[in-house]
Amino acid sequence: MHDGGKILIGLIVFLALITFPIWYHAVQGKPPVIPDPKIITDAKQCVAPTSYMKTNHMTLLNEWRDQVVRQGARYTQAIDGKIYEMSLTKTCMNCHSNKSEFCDQCHNYLDVDPYCWDCHIEPEEPVQ
Amino acid sequence: MSIGRRGFIKLAGLTTLAGVMGKKAINAFADELSALPAEIGVSLVGKRWAMVVDLKKCLRQDGCTDCINACHSVHNVPQFPNPKDEIKWIWKESFDHAFLEQEHEYIEDELKHSPALVLCNHCDNPPCVRVCPTGATFKREDGIVEMDMHRCIGCRYCVAACPYGSRSFNWRDPRPFIEKTDPDFPTRMRGVVEKCNFCAERLARGRMPACVEACKENCLVFGDLEDPNSRVREVLRANFSIRRKPSLGTNPEVYYIV
Repeated sequence: MHDGGKILIGLIVFLALITFPIWYHAVQGKPPVIPDPKIITDAKQCVAPTSYMKTNHMTLLNEWRDQVVRQGARYTQAIDGKIYEMSLTKTCMNCHSNKSEFCDQCHNYLDVDPYCWDCHIEPEEPVQ
Repeated sequence: MSIGRRGFIKLAGLTTLAGVMGKKAINAFADELSALPAEIGVSLVGKRWAMVVDLKKCLRQDGCTDCINACHSVHNVPQFPNPKDEIKWIWKESFDHAFLEQEHEYIEDELKHSPALVLCNHCDNPPCVRVCPTGATFKREDGIVEMDMHRCIGCRYCVAACPYGSRSFNWRDPRPFIEKTDPDFPTRMRGVVEKCNFCAERLARGRMPACVEACKENCLVFGDLEDPNSRVREVLRANFSIRRKPSLGTNPEVYYIV
């Protein structure tokens, strides 16, 4: 171990840097930013349970897309027995019209960039 | 965890059972879904959609572009200043270009000098579907040659394959070139191909295609070829009609009364 000290210092610096996201907030004393999507609708029920929608909304949207485009089926029955049109812009965004406060909250936090709005037209956000 | 012989057989049995039941459940769900649109009962359902263009009647309306305007505005078709970027779903083409091998030098003046209305032929044997590597272009059971924009990778094989020039490629982002965006229909993005979809989205809501609805002279007739009592069959029975480039064997579903 000719350069043991240097190696050790190097390792410590490396570990400190790689664990930066873990200790940064503890050192800074501020709580980390947590995404807080706002739901503004008066509707009591989404097309599927909230817990399912939180984790699987993208799967549901993909299934809807394939049903509509490939099978030509445009309507689905939701958990509450109501019939909904399988449409992102007409059904989802009807309740969640506040895209910047709802969709973008988590998508920006997680740095995911869904390509929905490359073609589908964003609804106008309600003025508050 | 170790598993004995009995345990293994039990587990295998349960797995098989779950598989069989699962498939039943999926089938039941699919049946329920396919039953729903009928329950809602507004969509127009056909077995083989087709269109008839009364060419003479159309040509008499010199310079009329009602159908083109209607189609291009409900489908958010951009208007590019550079003709090389042009996107078109329904447009006018000179008779000798549109009806190759069916034209000759001494054809009647009316046909010779006025451009004919052309659109995607929704071929029965569509070459664009055959060449599409991702299955983005596909033929629906009702005969509509439809595009799934989510799957288009912009390879343009279909543009090369289509003998009618019915397909346009988005070389540029179309959004800034759409005069007035209709929020009910998506736009396209740069790098995808697009074409006429026989207004599949309108048929689903029980409405005729936009061009048919817009034509004041009733030059366009749309209907189900499999239904012997439909308007298209009636019109085709009563008039002589031609199709574009029939020798290619694509079997177009757009007919022209000349």
